[in-house]
Amino acid sequence: MPERKIRVMVAKPGLDGHDRGARVLARCFRDAGFEVIYTGCHQTPEQIVAAAIQEDVDLVGLSCLSGAHRKLFPRVVELLREKDAGDINVIGGGIIPEQDFAALYDAGIKAIFTPGAPLDSIVEWINTNIKPRA
Amino acid sequence: MYFSKKTLDSSSTLTRKWEEDVKTALKDSPDQKDRFSTVSDLEIKRLYTPEDIEHMNFRNDISVPGEYPYLRGNQSTGYRGRYWTFRMFSGMGSAKDTNQRWHLLLKQGQTGLSTAFDFPTLMGYDSDSPKALGEVGKCGVAIDTLEDFLTLIDGIPLDKVTTSMTINPPATILWAMYCAAAEIKGVPLAKIGGTIQNDMLKEFIAQKTFMCPPEASVKLISDTVEFGTKYVPRWNTISISGYHIREAGSTAVQELAFTIRDGIEYVEDVVRRKGLNVDDFAPRLSFFFNSHIDFFEEICKMRAARRMWAKIMKERFGAKNQRSWWLRFHTQTAGCSLTAQQPYNNVVRTTVEALAAVLGGTQSLHTNSLDEVLCLPSEHAVEIALRTQQILAEETGVANTIDPLAGSYFIESLTNEMEEKAWEYIRKIDEMGGMIAAIEKGFPQMEIAEASYRFQRQLDANEKIMVGVNKYATDAKQEIPLVDIDEQVGEEQIKRLKDVKRKRDNRAAAQSLNDIRNACKKGDNVMPYCIAAVKNLASLQEICDVYREVYGEYRDPGLY
Repeated sequence: MPERKIRVMVAKPGLDGHDRGARVLARCFRDAGFEVIYTGCHQTPEQIVAAAIQEDVDLVGLSCLSGAHRKLFPRVVELLREKDAGDINVIGGGIIPEQDFAALYDAGIKAIFTPGAPLDSIVEWINTNIKPRA
Repeated sequence: MYFSKKTLDSSSTLTRKWEEDVKTALKDSPDQKDRFSTVSDLEIKRLYTPEDIEHMNFRNDISVPGEYPYLRGNQSTGYRGRYWTFRMFSGMGSAKDTNQRWHLLLKQGQTGLSTAFDFPTLMGYDSDSPKALGEVGKCGVAIDTLEDFLTLIDGIPLDKVTTSMTINPPATILWAMYCAAAEIKGVPLAKIGGTIQNDMLKEFIAQKTFMCPPEASVKLISDTVEFGTKYVPRWNTISISGYHIREAGSTAVQELAFTIRDGIEYVEDVVRRKGLNVDDFAPRLSFFFNSHIDFFEEICKMRAARRMWAKIMKERFGAKNQRSWWLRFHTQTAGCSLTAQQPYNNVVRTTVEALAAVLGGTQSLHTNSLDEVLCLPSEHAVEIALRTQQILAEETGVANTIDPLAGSYFIESLTNEMEEKAWEYIRKIDEMGGMIAAIEKGFPQMEIAEASYRFQRQLDANEKIMVGVNKYATDAKQEIPLVDIDEQVGEEQIKRLKDVKRKRDNRAAAQSLNDIRNACKKGDNVMPYCIAAVKNLASLQEICDVYREVYGEYRDPGLY
């Protein structure tokens, strides 16, 4: 049986519509051979978590450019754990000041990618750190 | 013919010789790359000559400023009587915070105001909505009710200063607040001036700040056009925007084409739905373009836009008033061209982009602050950005003469080429049945997705360069002070909203919401009802909830 592909959900929590990064990443992940689900803009953490569980993804990539990441990113991890889906990894990107990194890592965000990160570096991180769940 | 036969013959002979010289020279010193193109990937030739523009007709294609087709500018006098408006976009935290920033900017010589709202306000939610979690006051000012709005404009002379409001789905409501505030302050509606962005098509295409489906969204826009035409004649009721299309990753040609096609869609809707004569309202339509980092491409885009709109208004819509033929526009330098790495370099980028906007003949300009890629701009960073405009205007001499690049073989040729490519897009969208139909097919969205992905790949392959990102990068950090919006702003805002709801006449508020509901159902103009509702302290979300209930909600199809 061929190995299952890595399933990635690109999600945009919050109200900002700056989805250029999210869309570019979704395409990039598709080209890198992952299975990609893109939620579109304006998703609540509850909607993202429900979709991640239903789609049985291995990784959720959150993108936020409004400054609301401080509340929204940790909320996604918290809800995943509440729903017994804490094994779904969460990474984040967007306009995230370095001073916020520590709190986000503490909250369970596995990696943070900010503007200027080459696409291939993100793909490489995923290939190294994420295994398709059985 | 633009050139005499003698000139063209001479040009042709010399150009052929030059081509031979180039071939020889390249053997010893080859070019740095195989292909040279704009930031939008439009290929550029090594040299442009009279032959590139020999087909142009001076009277029809170029002419003079103040004459059709307005390639060289709408006004015969250029910037000599008045510079472009220095209009810095600002908004942060509470209404009081933003009001303070406005007074500071006016003191520093800014000549027009421009409002950034926070995401809950932009999306039609109050600060106490669960959807507003973590967002209140973050990317702009939070406005829930007329009380906030009165604080926002405190001490601002509404009959003297023009105000632009970047607001889209709830544009009717924020504009109603402005009108209500003017009435309360005793300023007649006929005297207030400003702009509401109020361009929903580009939201579906690019910025994704939407609420109701396209058809209903356009109806609400036509309501504002009609109301403005009748009662608020100095107001620009739509700012047809390419800025966000470009920021979402489009090419310059796509920005030009989709923006102009959006304009066509609005004009058609107002004429059809409201029965207005095109000359009654077209003079108040305004545009908003991006000024990106590729200097000449931007100048040509702005020149082409003026000529295209003039042709469209005259030929497609049969407008008779020359003011209807004018494309007046605001410009903002490109946020997406700035880098978080080595942020002081952003001052240089913004300067070049601002210069392009001036040479392109903008009526109004926002220059980005060096820290805008990281956070809301600090006072110090905003001052540098404003001074950048003032230096261009007052010191460099670039505003002395009108459209100084006209007649350049390259500029005219690139202007023509961009215009032709934009017409191709417009024809294609016409064939699809218009912009709403094209949006429903995902056409402009996918064209932009393709372009933004191509650019990112070119960056990753070092075919396009961003200094400090994929070339000349350093590990050394340039530390700059970051503006942070306290989470407390949200808590205080929620408290203010609760207070307003407690003290207002709830029956009057509910009644005025019901009036809006009925107006929506009957297809009446909602503006008078919105003004009454905000005066009764109905909140932004309460009114938007009525729109959502009657028209339905639009959800992002998530195309990529």
